[in-house]
Amino acid sequence: MSLLGKLSIEAVPYHEPIIMVTLAVVAVVGVVIAMLITKYKQWGTLWFDWITSVDHKRLGIMYIVLAMIMLLRGFADAIMMRTQLAMATNGAPGYLPPEHYDQIFTAHGVIMIIFMAMPFMIGLMNIILPLQIGARDVAFPFLNNLSFWLTAGGAILVNVSLGLGEFAKTGWVAYPPLAGLEFSPGVGVDYYIWALQISGLGTLLTAVNFLVTVFKMRAPGMKLMQMPIFTWTCTWANILIAASFPILTAVLAMLTLDRYMDFHFFTNEAGGNSMMYINLFWAWGHPEVYILVLPAFGIFSEVISTFTAKRLFGYKSMVYASGAIAILGFIVWLHHFFTMGSSANVNAFFGIMTMVIAVPTGVKLFNWLFTMYRGRLILSVPVLWTLGFMVTFTIGGMTGVLLAIPGADYVLHNSLFLIAHFHNTIIGGAVFGYLAGFAFWFPKAMGFKLDEKTGKAAFWCWQIGFLLAFMPLYVLGFLGMTRRLNHTDNPDWNIWLYIAAFGAFVIAIGIFFQLLQLFVSFKNKEKLNDTTGDPWNGHTLEWSTASPPQFYNFAKIPHIKDIDAWTDMKERGDSYQRPEKYTPIHMPKNTSAGVFMSMSFTLMGFALIWHIWWLAVVGLVAGIGVFIKRCYTSDVDYYVQVDEVERVEATHLSANTVGGRS
Amino acid sequence: MSTIATSSAASMPHEHAHEEHHENNTVFGFWLYLMTDCLLFASFFATYAVLFMNTAGGVSGKDIFELNFVAVETAALLLSSITFGFAMICAHRQNKSGSLAWLAVTWALGACFIGMEVYEFHHLIEHGNGPQQSAFLTAFFSLVGLHGLHVTAGLIWMTIMFIEVTRRGLGEQTVTRLSCLSLFWHFLDIVWICVFTVVYLMGAM
Repeated sequence: MSLLGKLSIEAVPYHEPIIMVTLAVVAVVGVVIAMLITKYKQWGTLWFDWITSVDHKRLGIMYIVLAMIMLLRGFADAIMMRTQLAMATNGAPGYLPPEHYDQIFTAHGVIMIIFMAMPFMIGLMNIILPLQIGARDVAFPFLNNLSFWLTAGGAILVNVSLGLGEFAKTGWVAYPPLAGLEFSPGVGVDYYIWALQISGLGTLLTAVNFLVTVFKMRAPGMKLMQMPIFTWTCTWANILIAASFPILTAVLAMLTLDRYMDFHFFTNEAGGNSMMYINLFWAWGHPEVYILVLPAFGIFSEVISTFTAKRLFGYKSMVYASGAIAILGFIVWLHHFFTMGSSANVNAFFGIMTMVIAVPTGVKLFNWLFTMYRGRLILSVPVLWTLGFMVTFTIGGMTGVLLAIPGADYVLHNSLFLIAHFHNTIIGGAVFGYLAGFAFWFPKAMGFKLDEKTGKAAFWCWQIGFLLAFMPLYVLGFLGMTRRLNHTDNPDWNIWLYIAAFGAFVIAIGIFFQLLQLFVSFKNKEKLNDTTGDPWNGHTLEWSTASPPQFYNFAKIPHIKDIDAWTDMKERGDSYQRPEKYTPIHMPKNTSAGVFMSMSFTLMGFALIWHIWWLAVVGLVAGIGVFIKRCYTSDVDYYVQVDEVERVEATHLSANTVGGRS
Repeated sequence: MSTIATSSAASMPHEHAHEEHHENNTVFGFWLYLMTDCLLFASFFATYAVLFMNTAGGVSGKDIFELNFVAVETAALLLSSITFGFAMICAHRQNKSGSLAWLAVTWALGACFIGMEVYEFHHLIEHGNGPQQSAFLTAFFSLVGLHGLHVTAGLIWMTIMFIEVTRRGLGEQTVTRLSCLSLFWHFLDIVWICVFTVVYLMGAM
């Protein structure tokens, strides 16, 4: 056995021009960024203020940067698929050979769900949740940093697969026996396994961390039923993560044992049962989509109530509806494979449970409508995303109820109707929500607002592009086109495939406008500056801090008396009050342990993918070693002294009293 | 974070208040982690339930389980829970030597358990009943092995705690860490009772 396991120069796909050009572009961009960092002498800042930071706000920003980069990668995959399908009609081969195309649709799914949507959601939660409950940080700041780097480690593995070896050709669900050793002998599925396993651990730690934060670190006076609605929906999502991600860990471990040690969990021979994989996978996978969408629901609620300047209609029903969705989300997984052939009664149970989810979701929609009723809705960018969501998501929800009928599902299973449905809910639900949250909280995180004009253009391109790209897929589903086809030979389908490809390009323009928006906003930073910390006249505590917030969040933890705590304080005249005296603030110190630990585990994952056993042992031992060393480091915290607190607070208070706002 | 305590700005009482709060969080957080671990085991139990009849013409539980042997193994692990309990009582009373002694006994019992499990696995594989033979054996080795892996991790952790208590005594942070380990250890005991019942007792009958 070679010292490098299966790894050799043959692993680089130098005969694939598309991949090599992509790698070259990535390399050039990387070198340019490195040169810029060197030129402006920012390496120190990058390392000491960001990479090793345990500040939840900075970690949140890093999560969102990761999500945006992964959005570009995942979208590049999407547009390649749509152009391939538009070109490969009437029996033409198109430009993507099947073995490459299969990797693209797998990578697209994995990246968009695990490395775009999840980091985006967790990033927003990181920035906002501790601020909303009046906490100075999360319960375990070091763990928070570790979680981020584990997520990043998984993302690194997925992207390494582009230039070294291959990615899985199985679809993002990696069903055996296709994902087993017999039919996927390459390293693709191994990349999939270890990328998900490592990032999954990070997600699980995040959930534990934020649950402790929410249950133990709320500001005095804040009862559970007074938590802001975004915090509540994130909490439900975290409960779902804690309850479902262990199942993913388990099922991936089983697939690993099948592939590495010749076990028989899912094999065709020796009594293995591949349907068990599918059951376990979706016992995680279904709650996962609610993990993605519940925080988005929270964002819409915050946006609507803020921009109508009204209290959210039906706060309690919103909390309970979220809980109902979270619990129901756990007993519907079988609807992903009605065609497995369970008895009619089993299918009927899961079908009915699935339809029942429409009820709490409907409650939410009506709550948003009633919040807007007789309100004075300001049509800002976050509101546009919210309105777009309400229309789009309703369509997606209704097609979901259609699919929930087992009889109908036998016809529509694995067709493009399904693809249209879940993009309808994930893009129109989760992603629109994150983009609304992005525009809504951007000034809080960065200190200046986003440019409105380009933001609105981005929204309209996304909204129209989305409809153009995905409504044709419903038609194609009815016309009998199944998913994951590389080329087609049915003239009836062509026109719809062309429209869908056109739609993807309209979305591309939307993404371009978003990048332009960031560029324009950075350029006009001074003009868009948010000096008050409360640009939208917000309801919740995050708006009581400066923009960007003081690194310790709150000089004096407020006492909470109402759901809309900040509105309540403003009405009582308690806002922007200098406390009688400041006290020193206890803060955690930055640490490099998280990034070293995570990179060790990522190295271990890489070594396991290529069967470099000695390196895997080194990675594992190094990771655990760093952790133990961290446990016995006593220099982990410090006190912010009163004079510094006073100085920081004076700036924030004077911006809001002298010649400022009420 | 209790730094908001308004009574005194002096840093000592502050620090104390803070640590107390923080250690509280640690135990709660660890307990939450254990609940997620519980679900990991649940997945493997469910898998075992699905696969245990799929012997692919090979051995079944009846053929390979030796209940007397497993009973001794189980006794060792259950006993180690009690002794860990004694170690914790000593720790809360700030009795360092007592705590260390009971930890040592616990460690020895845990090692005994793992030794017996390794012997059992080795014995099975030697007789051609390794996990590669059938889905039943795959599920059996994985579920029992997963528990064994946890106990092994617990033993490593206990070794580290032994050194920590020896060197640093029973400070607040150390006792908190011991509490977490004790939660972990008792949790593994409960899981083992389920393994013993579902895998061995029901399998051998």
